Amino acid sequence: MKWISDTKIDHLRALASQPDLSATKYTIVKELARGGMGTVYLAEDTELARQVAIKVLNPEVVDEDDRQRMLREAQIIARLEHPGIVPVHDVGMLDDGRIYYAMKYVRGRRLDEYVAQGDSINDRLRKFQAVCDAVAFAHSNGVVHRDLKPQNIMIGAFGEVLVLDWGVAKILRNAQFISSEDQTLKLPRRSEPEEPTDGRTANGTVIGTVNYMAPEQARGETQLVDERSDVYSLGVILYFLLTKQPPKPRADYADLRRPREFDSKITKQAEAVCLKAMSIDRSRRYELAIDLSADIGRLLDGEPVSAYREGVVDKLGRWLSKNRFLVLLVLTYLLMRIILLFTSGR
Amino acid sequence: MSRRNRVNDPDTDIGGPARKFPQTNRSAIVAIRSEEPHVRQRAFGTILDSYWKPVYKYIRLKWNVDNEDAKDLTQDFFGNAFQKNYFADYDAAKASFQTFLRTCVDGFIANQRKSQQRLKRGGGLEHISLDFQGADNELAIHPPSPNLTPEQFFEREWVRNVFALAVEILRKKCDDTNNQIRFHLFERYDLEESTEKVSYAALANEFGLTTTTVTNQLAAARREFRKIVLDKLRETTASDEEFQKQARDLLGVEVI
Repeated sequence: MKWISDTKIDHLRALASQPDLSATKYTIVKELARGGMGTVYLAEDTELARQVAIKVLNPEVVDEDDRQRMLREAQIIARLEHPGIVPVHDVGMLDDGRIYYAMKYVRGRRLDEYVAQGDSINDRLRKFQAVCDAVAFAHSNGVVHRDLKPQNIMIGAFGEVLVLDWGVAKILRNAQFISSEDQTLKLPRRSEPEEPTDGRTANGTVIGTVNYMAPEQARGETQLVDERSDVYSLGVILYFLLTKQPPKPRADYADLRRPREFDSKITKQAEAVCLKAMSIDRSRRYELAIDLSADIGRLLDGEPVSAYREGVVDKLGRWLSKNRFLVLLVLTYLLMRIILLFTSGR
Repeated sequence: MSRRNRVNDPDTDIGGPARKFPQTNRSAIVAIRSEEPHVRQRAFGTILDSYWKPVYKYIRLKWNVDNEDAKDLTQDFFGNAFQKNYFADYDAAKASFQTFLRTCVDGFIANQRKSQQRLKRGGGLEHISLDFQGADNELAIHPPSPNLTPEQFFEREWVRNVFALAVEILRKKCDDTNNQIRFHLFERYDLEESTEKVSYAALANEFGLTTTTVTNQLAAARREFRKIVLDKLRETTASDEEFQKQARDLLGVEVI
């Protein structure tokens, strides 16, 4: 009998703990990521001969509420058909009672890994705008993500941006896509209220990731959590994209270093957009992600942004920056004329 | 007592083919209480397979004895355990079987030392053929980590032994079904100690298969391996609850 090393024991343990997908059309290739609620595996769809990502509920969380929550996540994503939201192909239950769903396997990097690569600020802003657009689409469908952070955003091999992990998403009552007779998502086993009933998202309970979490969310005031909470998280992501610094935990949400303290090349307008999105007072934030996206678009086009009131100098500076080539051309022309004037005068 | 074929037969012979009967019927811990001597003997063999090596290494580490003494103590412990049917006293409600067995070993050795009976050991007990040399070689090449307590070391060795037995059973099953390629793929990809991870595509090339076949064969081998490990756990647990707990603790899986 061959001796097995500790490393291999851990490997075999991981193999043996993999869910049994023999009753499905999928075979596991390897584990991709493990979270508190579920584990994501790279798997092969044996019927369509393609690779997919499969999220399976962790065995230690197999009570009914967790099953419902996982199903809810799959159904939310399935409803959000958008190029920036990873599509769900299939959902089901394993023999051991665990819920799984199969989704597109995204080859690429997480946003935090992408930032480390060192693209220009404008490239980063373009990616950020794509994130805002995906979130805006969810908002327009009455869904708030509640856990937006760079680790939940993938940049695909062709630069496509995908927002992942909708496990703690909240469905708002005023959702446009939920008709009056369909106020809640229909689940196979029971009528599901908007929130799981295990108390984890009841008032006074915190869901999300602290650094990226809106103050009202961090305080557990879930009745106040709406699109503006996602806008706050997007603001923190923008802060990270601009400064390349992950934000430090803020004890009172007041002691924030301004982005321009990290890098003077960050424009005042970009800083203002970021800080507006990150306002502690939710009424001062952008109302929707689409508004934030619009300001990012203006930033990229060199237009005035809603978050920043410009003075004459700012206007001139922005105009010069936007028309740099033209200004350079005119200056060169003038310089040539002066030189010509000077030389012909001699 | 004959240990032939035991390693390759994960099912007990209690009540016929195991799957047709409740899971607890596959438990050697339950079978050890049988009135039938041959059933008891077979159950004892199953327990011996899973535990003799961890016990031997544990004795060497915890009791700080040389290999000859450890061999004698291991032989005597299991010999006495079989003769006096120690394991029938196991109560799953009080502790796991590993903890119970370890406590039995400690108690046995403490008593042996107390009564200075070391030289008289072995009297009247049936000699069990065990590969102590192999266990010694393993200890010499892979000494226990100083960070582990003897108890943790025992647990780790038990897991190692369960997995090693499961690998052997898988090998035998693949041989029996003329599916050696499955085991070779499993061996290459999941068992081989290598710093460089071989890809499915490279394996497909090496074995003259398609990548999809490699994926499917590996998935089948892992599924079978998982089943064998769970069968081994079933054999050494007394109740379904204990089995569920062991499966959760060892593999983090929920088994229905």
